Amino acid sequence: MMYRVQPVAGEWIDRSRRIEFTFEGHPFEGLSGDCISSALAAAGVMVFGRSFKYHRPRGLFSAANHDVNALFQVDGVPNVRGDVTALGSHCRVSAVNTVGGLARDRGRIFDHLSRFLPVGFYYKAFHGKRLFPYWERMIRRMSGLGSVSLAAPRVATSKRYAFCDVLVVGGGPSGLAAALAAAQAGSQVLIVDENPKLGGSSQWAGAGRMSPEALIHQVEHHPRIAVLRSTFAAGYYADHFVALIEPGRMTKLRARAVVIATGVVEQPAIFRNNDLPGVMLGSGAQRLLHRYAIAPGRRIVVLAANREAYALCSDLLAHGLAVTALVDLRANGEPDGIAIEVERRGVRLLKAYAPVEALADRSGCLRALRFMALAADGKPDPRVMDELACDALLMSVGFAPACQLLAQAGARMGFSETLQQHVPEQLPQGVFAAGRVKGVYDDDRILDGGIAGAAAARHAGFDAPDIAPAPGTASRRPSHPFPIFDHPRDKNFVDLDEDVQLRDLSDAAHEGFDSLELLKRYTTVGMGPSQGKHSNLNAARILARLRGLDLADAGMTTMRPMYHPVPMKHLAGRSFQAERATPVHERHAALGAVWMPAGNWQRPEYYASAGQSRLECIEAEVRAVRTGLGLIDVGTLGKIEVCGPDAGTLLDRAYAGRYSDLRIGMTRYGLMLDEAGTIIDDGVIARLADQRFYFTTTTGGSATVFRELLRWNALWGLDCALINVTGHLAAFNLAGPACRDALQPLTDVNLADDAFPFLAAREGTVSGVRARLMRVGFVGELGYEIHVPAGSALQVWDALVAAGRDFDIRPFGVEAQRVLRLEKGHFIVSQDTDGLTNPFEAHASWAVKMQKPFFVGQRSLRMLAKRGPRQLLVGFTVPGVNPVLKESHLIIDGGDIAGRITSVARSSALGCTIGLAMIRPDLARTGSAVSIRAGGGTRVGATLVSTPFYDPEGRRQQPGLAGP
Amino acid sequence: MKIICCPLNGPRPMAEFAYGGEVRAMPDPDTCSDAEWTDYVFNRLSVPGVKREWWCHVASGYWFIVDRDTASDDIIATHTVDILRAGDGR
Repeated sequence: MMYRVQPVAGEWIDRSRRIEFTFEGHPFEGLSGDCISSALAAAGVMVFGRSFKYHRPRGLFSAANHDVNALFQVDGVPNVRGDVTALGSHCRVSAVNTVGGLARDRGRIFDHLSRFLPVGFYYKAFHGKRLFPYWERMIRRMSGLGSVSLAAPRVATSKRYAFCDVLVVGGGPSGLAAALAAAQAGSQVLIVDENPKLGGSSQWAGAGRMSPEALIHQVEHHPRIAVLRSTFAAGYYADHFVALIEPGRMTKLRARAVVIATGVVEQPAIFRNNDLPGVMLGSGAQRLLHRYAIAPGRRIVVLAANREAYALCSDLLAHGLAVTALVDLRANGEPDGIAIEVERRGVRLLKAYAPVEALADRSGCLRALRFMALAADGKPDPRVMDELACDALLMSVGFAPACQLLAQAGARMGFSETLQQHVPEQLPQGVFAAGRVKGVYDDDRILDGGIAGAAAARHAGFDAPDIAPAPGTASRRPSHPFPIFDHPRDKNFVDLDEDVQLRDLSDAAHEGFDSLELLKRYTTVGMGPSQGKHSNLNAARILARLRGLDLADAGMTTMRPMYHPVPMKHLAGRSFQAERATPVHERHAALGAVWMPAGNWQRPEYYASAGQSRLECIEAEVRAVRTGLGLIDVGTLGKIEVCGPDAGTLLDRAYAGRYSDLRIGMTRYGLMLDEAGTIIDDGVIARLADQRFYFTTTTGGSATVFRELLRWNALWGLDCALINVTGHLAAFNLAGPACRDALQPLTDVNLADDAFPFLAAREGTVSGVRARLMRVGFVGELGYEIHVPAGSALQVWDALVAAGRDFDIRPFGVEAQRVLRLEKGHFIVSQDTDGLTNPFEAHASWAVKMQKPFFVGQRSLRMLAKRGPRQLLVGFTVPGVNPVLKESHLIIDGGDIAGRITSVARSSALGCTIGLAMIRPDLARTGSAVSIRAGGGTRVGATLVSTPFYDPEGRRQQPGLAGP
Repeated sequence: MKIICCPLNGPRPMAEFAYGGEVRAMPDPDTCSDAEWTDYVFNRLSVPGVKREWWCHVASGYWFIVDRDTASDDIIATHTVDILRAGDGR
């Protein structure tokens, strides 16, 4: 059983401050500076939780946040990492993955059923369709870890961007040395470490010739080094962009160079019951002892395969702890004096022995280790078997590099036979490795860190010495090549997260899942919350042996971000969506606008009137335009100016029409095609001067049209420049029979028909504000588009409304405008056309000048003209009001789909329902009847008619033609 | 986030740029066959490798040319559009 010992030099706890908390409802006491795991361990709690699949009792294992045994539910928050979460005052801690509490977990039954739950059992057992939902529900209930509270409050977590010259990941000896070397070269350094204090393993293993305290002091007091503690680098992204997760914040850091000094992750040995509480990693025991002054047990056995195990032994003895025996997997043990010293102090040295089975007491915790002699061929010899009573078994048999960030950065990893460890073979530009992650152990780490730090500073542009790394630093073998021992009764766990046993891997390999990535997906080895930190290496060893491969050829699984699980709060963005408002937004709001999104813009769909339905409001707005005066905000249209000698040429080439011959002061419709001849945008192009054009695009297309025009201009090398003035200018359309009378008093532009004819453009003032006026006809009445600087938009809007008061002016919204243009038969790009519609099919050939030497889409149109249309845009009418018809309803011919409605509305001017439809060309005959399948399958008969539906000669837009 | 070195604005983060597709020489519309034209409009070579691409620095509206290895996502060089007119416009 674990317990707190006398003060240990450098301990992180404050013995004068006690903290009360509860675990599984029972009161406990810890100390300030404790993490949840250490507080429980100090109180003698051995069982922290239940395992994922078999609900086996699990306890403290790495004390480094590398395993998932120490996951807790804390004050309603699920899956809190006990090894690194500071103990909070009065926090309520409970175990995860239990059925009815930790002590009486009913899920224990699965441990006895494990023979019937082999790897992939759910694929094999539950494939029947009928019962699957039942099993699925049950498995979902049984699996998973903590429980999520749906009533949890929304907590905004901040994010920030930061920059530095050199980022050092890892605050152990090599990282500290790297930071110092880089800073001494003049670079700004940021060093991050996941622990609350710097130093890493130097706290118990030292830092070579330097004292760890001196090293840490230098780093912490260097003016060019910033330190982030309790922070881990979660992922490496392109060009030295690293996500740093602090407890309450994510920092997106951009560095010029990165030093990865993340060290190694100690690996377990595999034998029967290697998961019992009391079996833990040697480094875990040292973390507990030196940080929290906790002894791993009263009778300790060390399982050894490297020098670190002997150092651990001496360390425990030096603190007065009882080490019963040291079981070394190697025949020769440790060759030098440290072994003699350990033996001299009363530790029984057992060389060439292997663990066979850990034995449990009644509470499920470790009580003894059963071991066998290893024969010369490396196989356990059952004739020489014995037991050692112990309550703590500390494994120190090897390491895996914490090379996740290196792999994400694109380092190529190789395998060192000498070290029995993967090491970086080739590093990407600006990424450096230092220390044990690179295979450099012992005192060499400080030197290696210094070399890496200097190299990183040099890469970041600073003057630093170029020191060649010492060759052949590997003088010993820290990792055992195969610390894995089979047992006929299984329960020899490869992956503690997912309860994957040795047999699961061999079964999977025999079933054909014999490549590392397939093995991982089939058995889920390495797929748990710790992402294989303790299991990937052993899984690769097992697979390599099963297939007779070298470990180097078994490969590694892809190491994706995140290094540790990152709470969603750090990753989730704010509910932030950019919205654009026109300069007269507040006027719309005051008038009761009902908003609709149009791209990023908010536009009034219609203006609500008390006691009137949506349709009634829209009809009243339509009527105002047809009979009196209406005003609409069209400031969301894209607005672009093009100036220069080649301005007309650019438009001639980019649009389907011709503009180089457009007279100054006139406008012409512009239809834009892509290279396939598909309609992508439209607008009105005005020539303001010989070398200056001003034109509009659709609301949604403004950014892309502008960008594409810039690209054409760059490619063609024309002598003209484009300016996007969408946001600079506001635009209103004043339309209706009374509009000339209302507008003339406000402007110095002569609006008389002969002075300002249909489709003309003029510059002048409106209400004293510089304005561009264009006489256009989108809604089918006499109308002027008035473009003014955004800053003066409110003044002009108010003046127009005031001037229109005598004419019963009524603002109208997007819906009324849609009805008005539909009555005129005008299509809306991307509503009535789609990604396949060409101008011939939309009856827009009149806007295409095929005789021009070149325009975008012209060559494709030549081919499309030969082929003929595949669909045609036609008008249709349905008698009376038909509220059933909606856009996208299908036109049916003889049981086949023959087309679809693209626009439909009730027209009060015409007294019927009108619409546009895309239809098969052979059916597009004016006067013929078609059948539409409306909502709910009802059939509606419609008659195809020619467009425009309303005022086909356009006399209302040009009253001069028809007389008053 | 990746950094792209814009010939006008210098190194800027990827989020400021828009991709404009591969640079492809347009066949002469007046002399090419329908098949050649259709191939130009609709077909793209998706084999990874070093490609010459259009990129736009959106904030400044500046188009330029990037040679990028689409297998490794390494940017090999960036150029002004002039390179397309210097006879090197593949």
